[in-house]
Amino acid sequence: MNFQVVVLAGGVSKKLHPLVSKDVPKALLPLGNKPVLSYVLELLETSSLKEIILVVAGEDAALCVSNWVAETVHDRLRVEVIAAPEDSDTADALRSVMHRLTAEDFLVVSGDLVSDVPIGAVAATHRRQGALITALLCNRALLGSSEPGSEKIKLQPVSDIIGLDSTQQHLLYVAPGAEIERDLRVRRSLLRAVGNMEIRTDLVDAHLYAFNRLLVQGVLESRPTIKSIKQDLVPYLVRTQLRLGVPSTTVGSPAEDKDNQHPPSLPDTEVFAQLLRSSQCQHRATASSSPLKCCTYIASKGKFCVRVNSLQAYLDMNREIAGEAIHLTGYEVSSHNNVIHETSQLGWKSTVGPQCMLGEGSTLGERCSVKRSVVGRHCRIGSNVKIMNSVVMDYVTVEDGCTIQNSIICSNANLQERCCLKDCQVGTGYIVTARLELKGEALAKKEKL
Amino acid sequence: MDSRRRAPVIGPKVRQVGFVTPNADSPGEGVMEKEAGNLTTNSPTPVTIAPTRPVIEIPHSLKADPVAVPSPSHRRGNEVDIPSAPTASYNPNDSVLDGSSLPSSKGGSTINDVYGSLVSESVAESSPLGRPTGSTVGAFAERVKQKTSDSAIGSAVIDGGVASGKPGKGSKANNRGIPALSSSDAKSSEAPADGSKPLKERTSKAERRAKQEADRAAKLAGKGTGGGAGGDPNAQTKNSKGKKDNAPEKKSVQAPEKKGSDKSSENQKKKEVPAPRLQFDDKERVAKSKRRSLVEQTETKNRVELFRHLPQFVYGTQLPSLEAKFFQDDAMHPHPAVYQVGLQYLTGDIVGGNARCVAMLMALRSMIIDYETPPEKTLVRDLVTRTNNHVNFLITCRPLSISMGNAIRLLKAKIAKLDPSLPEAEAKASLIADIDTFMLEKIVFADKEIVKHAVTKIRDGDVVLTHGYSSVVEMILVRAKEMGKKFRVVVIDSRPKLEGRRLLRSLLSKDIHCTYTHTNAVPYIMQEVTRVFLGAASVLANGTVYARVGTACVAMVAHSCGVPVMICCETYKFHERVQLDSITSNELGDPDALVKVAGRKESALEGWADNEHLQLLNLTYDATPADYVSMIITELGMVPPTSVPVILREYRKEPAV
Repeated sequence: MNFQVVVLAGGVSKKLHPLVSKDVPKALLPLGNKPVLSYVLELLETSSLKEIILVVAGEDAALCVSNWVAETVHDRLRVEVIAAPEDSDTADALRSVMHRLTAEDFLVVSGDLVSDVPIGAVAATHRRQGALITALLCNRALLGSSEPGSEKIKLQPVSDIIGLDSTQQHLLYVAPGAEIERDLRVRRSLLRAVGNMEIRTDLVDAHLYAFNRLLVQGVLESRPTIKSIKQDLVPYLVRTQLRLGVPSTTVGSPAEDKDNQHPPSLPDTEVFAQLLRSSQCQHRATASSSPLKCCTYIASKGKFCVRVNSLQAYLDMNREIAGEAIHLTGYEVSSHNNVIHETSQLGWKSTVGPQCMLGEGSTLGERCSVKRSVVGRHCRIGSNVKIMNSVVMDYVTVEDGCTIQNSIICSNANLQERCCLKDCQVGTGYIVTARLELKGEALAKKEKL
Repeated sequence: MDSRRRAPVIGPKVRQVGFVTPNADSPGEGVMEKEAGNLTTNSPTPVTIAPTRPVIEIPHSLKADPVAVPSPSHRRGNEVDIPSAPTASYNPNDSVLDGSSLPSSKGGSTINDVYGSLVSESVAESSPLGRPTGSTVGAFAERVKQKTSDSAIGSAVIDGGVASGKPGKGSKANNRGIPALSSSDAKSSEAPADGSKPLKERTSKAERRAKQEADRAAKLAGKGTGGGAGGDPNAQTKNSKGKKDNAPEKKSVQAPEKKGSDKSSENQKKKEVPAPRLQFDDKERVAKSKRRSLVEQTETKNRVELFRHLPQFVYGTQLPSLEAKFFQDDAMHPHPAVYQVGLQYLTGDIVGGNARCVAMLMALRSMIIDYETPPEKTLVRDLVTRTNNHVNFLITCRPLSISMGNAIRLLKAKIAKLDPSLPEAEAKASLIADIDTFMLEKIVFADKEIVKHAVTKIRDGDVVLTHGYSSVVEMILVRAKEMGKKFRVVVIDSRPKLEGRRLLRSLLSKDIHCTYTHTNAVPYIMQEVTRVFLGAASVLANGTVYARVGTACVAMVAHSCGVPVMICCETYKFHERVQLDSITSNELGDPDALVKVAGRKESALEGWADNEHLQLLNLTYDATPADYVSMIITELGMVPPTSVPVILREYRKEPAV
């Protein structure tokens, strides 16, 4: 359908500090015992998008990711891993692959998106509207839904302020929620063109965009100040869409490219004028001519669509994945509503509660209890260990009598006897000494700090 | 104003609606002629007929022909008192031609059954009822032939004479002709007609037969004397031209001699009957077609009884399923441009006959541009099937309009006629050029011509009424304003689409004085209206105007108030089929659109689908009988609805169509 896909897998994110490292870039962070990236790739695969350009920030990270890709998905998808400079932002990353794009439109997907929104629908909307950019918006996810009944349930903080037109198809205004204090500035020309605008704070930009290639190419080339897709490029396009409407094909793009598609002998101008006229008639709501070229696809309520971009989100996502969104992983759920790999061993009187995952080859000692947590592969967990609302990654050793609550334990970490961790993050290979009681700390190896 | 109000003519009309019927039952004609005379003298519409029109170019062949072309100017000259004499096109000569071409015409699938049998009987003795009288037919024919050859001109006179014997027949047919919108009406009126028909047929059969023969003889004789040596070939070409070009020569001049081969021609005709349209109450076939289609189509549960044969799907389910498959099934996937257009049809982004047709042609055009003949296939064949696939996809998104059907038929004919030896690039270029010229000539320029004609009908002080949104009407009104005419506009609108608002918005931006109201106020507002301009989705061969639902109602009210009703329609939207009601062929809209009321949170009809006693009907089109139409404004000029067959016959025979 003349679409290409760019997945921006990111590099070593600072937000997820103790979790990610040189060895574990963000894309490979295990989420429900699978790398985050695999969710995006599977989503694309279900939409029959098999040729993917994967941009990773940093050479080392790129190497890791490409190794993983070669191991796991190379037989199903054709993934091309491209390394971008380590400190480059999203728009820079996009610039670095721009020369590889040839299709009319392309999709940009954030590598940390976990969703079951049909990507085809976004692309179809983009095509149908003849849009320059189409953004996927989803409803704000519930936070802290882990403990039902407690008053912790609250919405994610407002991250985006989004203005839509009355048909909810066009994007009129985008602003990051954090920057807005009291005033919103809206262009008068836009309001004049649209009539009315609906400002919403309950929607979140899911970082999945469909772009018109020629336009974006032009904008990226002419404006080197644009660093980030989300913060610069999209607001710029939304802001200038009234102006972009017509000249985008002539100014921002190599015009000869367009002409090559049509045999030059034809009386194109008249026909195109006619088409323009009729296509302007399409939009009933916005009367005479619709200059709006930035569109949205709003994911329906039942769909799952969250990004893993913070520690809290990571923790929540793990719980969701093990619980309600288990269908995204493709694991089979046991009768106890949990996923326990057949090679894992449970000691005497150990229990694994519902909405838990226990990875391949992990062993649990006696009288353990695991509740609403994800335990990775080949973990050795001693006796009398309690794990609640936590994520334990691969090859972790937890010795007897530990209590882990609301924490993230990265791979190869070692928790010695009778530790008690609450709201902590333990970095890769870190050793927590015996009988330590910690609350709300990020622990990592010295050199990392 | 007063003179217009004099006599609202409505009620049980005895006028013929169809143009073929007089051929089928000639007895009606005498009555009809009289009636038409009365009617038209009563009818307060003389003002609508333009005195002269240089644009109508009557082809030479036509002028030589004794068939009176219903060019209004011509008529005006002869009969001042009967300005819109509709009988002109009922001349037996051309009705013979049309009769033979009609059943074979491709799109004629919706001809009413009874109606169809009438026609076919008259053309080729297909009915078993006709057999016993066969011998007498011959004898009678001989006699009449003698008579007619004596008086070479007087075919019409003879018709009148024969016809006067059987009054009343025409009136029966007429009553049925007026479309019955409500179900019970249609049924009750249909049943008796069915019962009484065969009897009449038997008695009039001989006469009809005789008349046909007589006409042919008369024509031949006329040619022979008038044209001299060149007369015969001339006549032949003319006759073959009169048919739709895809119809084979069935009944040409040599028809009398061909009597023996009637059987074979009958067989031929049977083959030509187009595949029946998918009837959506036929469960097996529906299931079959569903399996093939790309779009998931769930049918709505409680459909209105009378409209079960029309497709109706749950609207919400189609779009997501189609969108989800956006990247799938590359092999059977339509071209991206076509896909895009399909989506736009589905979501209602593109509405309106012209816009939809242009969008489709543009999509097919880019499909052809990107087309490459697969190895070991020929362009001509493969492209036709490819086009078919794409069109089928578009149909699953929304049923084609008649105008689009015409355009596709033309395109396919063009493809089929391509020289197979032509290199691919040239073939594609010629097709693209064809599409471009079609769009330019038939739509863009046609609209300009229509505007030019129609503007002359708006005078200072006029109050123009229009219904819904029609792009042509909009252009007309804007143009009239630009010319400085002083008039005001009444925009009639109807739920649920409220398309009139779009027109209203554009008119107001041009500073045109407007009144906006809904259909229920039509009778009231009609008092002050002096002109009605309406758009149309199609104009059918019997003059029926097939247009956005509500048009019929507006036209009828206008007619009863004596306001001239002018239909603006490009000729590419004309269609050969005959339709008497809006039930047999129509399009069902989304019933949920009726449920939602703008600006109201809760609707009284919420959850209607669960109520088995409730069915919602959202019709898209309706059929306005020709009686209520004063004039059809086309790019070829302003013609009465009775002249539609002539336009179909004369202007559709370009090599392409």
